[in-house]
Amino acid sequence: MGRLFQGAALVSVLISVLIVFSLVREAIEFLTSVELGTLWTSGWFPRRGLFDVKTLIFGSLIIAAVAMLIAVPIGLASAVYLSEYARPRVRRVVKPALEVLAGIPSVVLGVFALLWLSPQIMQRFFDAQVFSLGAAGIGVGILTIPLVASVSEDALRAVPQSLREASYGMGAKKVTTVVRVVVPAAISGLVAALILAVSRAIGETMVVAIAAGGTGGSLFTLDPSGPGQTMTAAMAALASGTDQVAGQGNAYQSLFFVGFMLFAFTLVLNVIADRVVRRVRERY
Amino acid sequence: MTVVAPELDRVPSAAAIRQRRLDVSGAVFKGALLAALALTVALLVLLITDQIVDGWDVLSTRLGDFLTSNVSSRAGSAGVMQGIIGTLTIAVIVAAVAFPIGVGAALYLEEYAQPSRLTRFIDINIRNLSGVPSVVYGILGFTILVKALGSFTGGASVLAGGLTLAILVLPIVIIASAEAIRAVPGALREAGYGVGGTRWEVTRGLVLPNAMPGILTGTVLALARAMGEAAPLILVGALQGFFTGGQWGDLTGPFTALPITIFQWAKQPSDAWRVNTSAAIVVLLVMVLLVNTTAILLRNHFEKRR
Repeated sequence: MGRLFQGAALVSVLISVLIVFSLVREAIEFLTSVELGTLWTSGWFPRRGLFDVKTLIFGSLIIAAVAMLIAVPIGLASAVYLSEYARPRVRRVVKPALEVLAGIPSVVLGVFALLWLSPQIMQRFFDAQVFSLGAAGIGVGILTIPLVASVSEDALRAVPQSLREASYGMGAKKVTTVVRVVVPAAISGLVAALILAVSRAIGETMVVAIAAGGTGGSLFTLDPSGPGQTMTAAMAALASGTDQVAGQGNAYQSLFFVGFMLFAFTLVLNVIADRVVRRVRERY
Repeated sequence: MTVVAPELDRVPSAAAIRQRRLDVSGAVFKGALLAALALTVALLVLLITDQIVDGWDVLSTRLGDFLTSNVSSRAGSAGVMQGIIGTLTIAVIVAAVAFPIGVGAALYLEEYAQPSRLTRFIDINIRNLSGVPSVVYGILGFTILVKALGSFTGGASVLAGGLTLAILVLPIVIIASAEAIRAVPGALREAGYGVGGTRWEVTRGLVLPNAMPGILTGTVLALARAMGEAAPLILVGALQGFFTGGQWGDLTGPFTALPITIFQWAKQPSDAWRVNTSAAIVVLLVMVLLVNTTAILLRNHFEKRR
């Protein structure tokens, strides 16, 4: 029985090997066959042989930045309330609500971003276009609220009760205790929550594919009120619908190259977040 | 030399301590936190009601027809039958593959393996896998399951899609199962070994039954996640156009899934497709939320009993 279970555990290692294998083989092929000058041009138009990587990387970063503007304040505030203030009855209502939000499929958020967030928020207040990185970013932000809230709440709850009692003992008010004692004590866990959320936002595909409007390609842009393209959505576009590329050529191989970049980006972020979380656990 | 009492005026008097003054900044802070929480819940409600309202024309007039029709090029007669079949088939494949392997791996890590560099490596590897973006799993599915193992899966088939999503949720199932197994009290195991049980007897008779609620909750949540995924299926080659296949039991033919149908319709600009898109979203939400709610109720039920 033990051997069988060990085999099951080793399946996970096999999966990692296969992921790296599938990405690296074609990615190297891409880098050796493509003219390196096309990796730094005016935009990402794979069918026309323009593979500007900075368009995708900055697209992903803009999405992540907008998403964090939404998810960090709301998620963190929710976590502080749940951890420090909420009575059990409020928790019983709000925790499942957060879990339901976490379970909403990302295509649904994508449609919501395009049909509601874009006209009601981005076009109304920011004079944005129908398809915009901003609308997609807000959608991704809503998607990451539950992640920020649950990781932050874990970090806040890990702060020993004695620290709070010591603060009260000095005559501090509740708000002072929370802001000056509990949050600073949990800071590395909160940073980990932020890094995980950034990683999740960079890895999110469908919201961007539906609402950011970069399906055919995109010029280099830093403007959240206009359309743009990210690493993830570029991959979906290369593999889908009218824009589908045949099984050969540079455009096809660029799919794997972008996949490898995305994999490397998120892996680094996740490893850092994991380290930080571990350090917190060891301290308390 | 005079001794000055250290800032006596800063020390609160007994009267100030006894008399609870209105804490304005505290109330404002608490109010702001509560507002953020309320906004989260409001967003959830808005998200769901908006789709119900937008899809009402279809949901109220031709729901039965909508649920039982194939995808079509005409908005008025298009339905989500093939999408529902694809999504449910994928859920079955994911459960059949990810549950046994996931629980087995968790049992190995928690009950069988001695702490070693190998187990530490496996552990770190699993946590890293759980953070890999879903679209990257799509590349794995395309390269390995569709191309390399195409003679077994039939290429871009529901089998390849289901196996890809099983691989995607495997780390989640392992992590949830390992947590549930770790939460089983050690005294139980010691009692089992004390009466002469083998490792497998203790695992099967004592550890697994006690960990099962947690394992099931984790697995069911992972299932809901798989049912809502679209990105990996796009790379695996789920069909976005009009086609006639994708019926029950057709494991190796062309397929689609509900999230893919939604993605395809969301790209259509006309109002008729918009109604269809929202109606399809309501169908998907009902399916996913039913599964999710089952998991949450399951957990609450067992938590209360403990």
